[in-house]
Amino acid sequence: MIRFEQVSRRYPPAGVALDGLSFSVAPGELVLITGHSGAGKTTVLKLIAAIERPSAGAVLVGGQDVGHLKRPAIPFLRRNLGLIFQDQKLLFDRSVFENIMLPLAIAGFPPKEAAGRVRAALDKVGLRGRERALPVALSGGEQQRLAIARAVVGRPGILLADEPTAHLDPDTAGEVAAIFRDFQQVGVTVLIATCDDTLFAPFAPRRLVLDHGKLIP
Amino acid sequence: MNAWLAQHFRALAWALSRLAAAPVNTLLSLLAVGIALALPAGGQMLLGNALQIARNANAAPQVSLFLALDADRKAVDDITTRLKNNPQVKELRYIPRSEALKRFQAREGLAELLAALPSNPFPDAFVVTPRNADPTAMDALRDEFRQWPKVEHVQLDSAWVRRLDALLRLGRTSVVVLAALLGLGLVAITFTTIRLQVVSQRAEIELSRLLGATDAFICRPFYYFGAVQGLLGGAVAWLIVLAVTLALRAPVAELAALYHASAALQPLGVPDSLLLLAFAAGLGWLGAALSLGRHLREPV
Repeated sequence: MIRFEQVSRRYPPAGVALDGLSFSVAPGELVLITGHSGAGKTTVLKLIAAIERPSAGAVLVGGQDVGHLKRPAIPFLRRNLGLIFQDQKLLFDRSVFENIMLPLAIAGFPPKEAAGRVRAALDKVGLRGRERALPVALSGGEQQRLAIARAVVGRPGILLADEPTAHLDPDTAGEVAAIFRDFQQVGVTVLIATCDDTLFAPFAPRRLVLDHGKLIP
Repeated sequence: MNAWLAQHFRALAWALSRLAAAPVNTLLSLLAVGIALALPAGGQMLLGNALQIARNANAAPQVSLFLALDADRKAVDDITTRLKNNPQVKELRYIPRSEALKRFQAREGLAELLAALPSNPFPDAFVVTPRNADPTAMDALRDEFRQWPKVEHVQLDSAWVRRLDALLRLGRTSVVVLAALLGLGLVAITFTTIRLQVVSQRAEIELSRLLGATDAFICRPFYYFGAVQGLLGGAVAWLIVLAVTLALRAPVAELAALYHASAALQPLGVPDSLLLLAFAAGLGWLGAALSLGRHLREPV
């Protein structure tokens, strides 16, 4: 369960990213956060992952107020989240396998078990056989799948994706959208921040529409 | 436990791979560290050899007891017993006044002079080698001997001991000061190297934080990097000192021969070598810690 209670995020002196935002997301739900550029979509995801802290209000993840987490506790919160970034943040000097292995290495998985999980994640996103390739050798769609594989390899309970279909052609974007649907169907809570929600329309997700940091009813 | 070990192994492997990835930079850094550490390590080697030469110089400090001219056989026996029972006395040698006279008579030019004297001017004497050559202990022994009956004069042969002691203390202090100053150099080198590594790894560090890496996970490879660089630099210093020792061995032996002595320059012993390596690795670790404290404290 994710719950925002009157959450505001301000950037001094006068910037307001979120303004008294309240909503909740049930476990296993697929939720789209939409709105124009600058509406506050990315800020919502950053607050859930404790990348930023709210200026006011409470952000509850699994009953835990992540806005007030102490620094040493933040890594353990993030290990239960799968993060897909707008700029993907792939390591271009590492192979596909090593990129996906990174979260497991961080979490301290034994190498043998980690390797098994990486192979399973590669299967899930259709990248099996590309383990040794460098990200630069992948197409845009494959790079996005790699980013998704890295996000899900730790089998997180919550998947947060920021514009995961941006810069992809319609066919590839559709395939990527279907991958998120697959994860939601196995019980993962999925929050996707996107400007283009038409791709996800067939899955009938719940939509949260933001405008200037406020939820539009 | 396996996961913990695996993380340490991974961090060590990363550190080694980073060192191997830039061989020229690594070599130059190791040379800088090695030369910086070779100076105090060389000083320690020379100090150790000086100490050994002094010990081998057959010049153990001694205390001479001169008895009163009227001391009889009983007094001599009494002093002998006291000395034998004294735990501070390692060796003793009795020189009867008649033998002292004979020795001086044997010296050129003194026989006639001594013959002109009405009686033997030399007293009975004891030459004592103390168990503890420390100047303070020798002073205490002298004061004790002075209290004994029929002991007219006690001569302490400790001036050279004090000089040697002072010289060795000066040498040790110099080595410590040199080690501290050049150790700072090692810390500075590691600090800069780690800073460059952090800058070049910024993207990976930022990503790792976002994926749930703790500070320990992020810092560990850099700690290993600093420690391994320090350790290898220490090994370079050890090799430099060894090379210098071998190069100086023959000239030092020749010099010693001119003074009718024998001296074979010894390289750093095992304890000093291990200390050097541990010191170097520790300073590398410290440099890494300082650099990480400065460059990795970001609230991501």
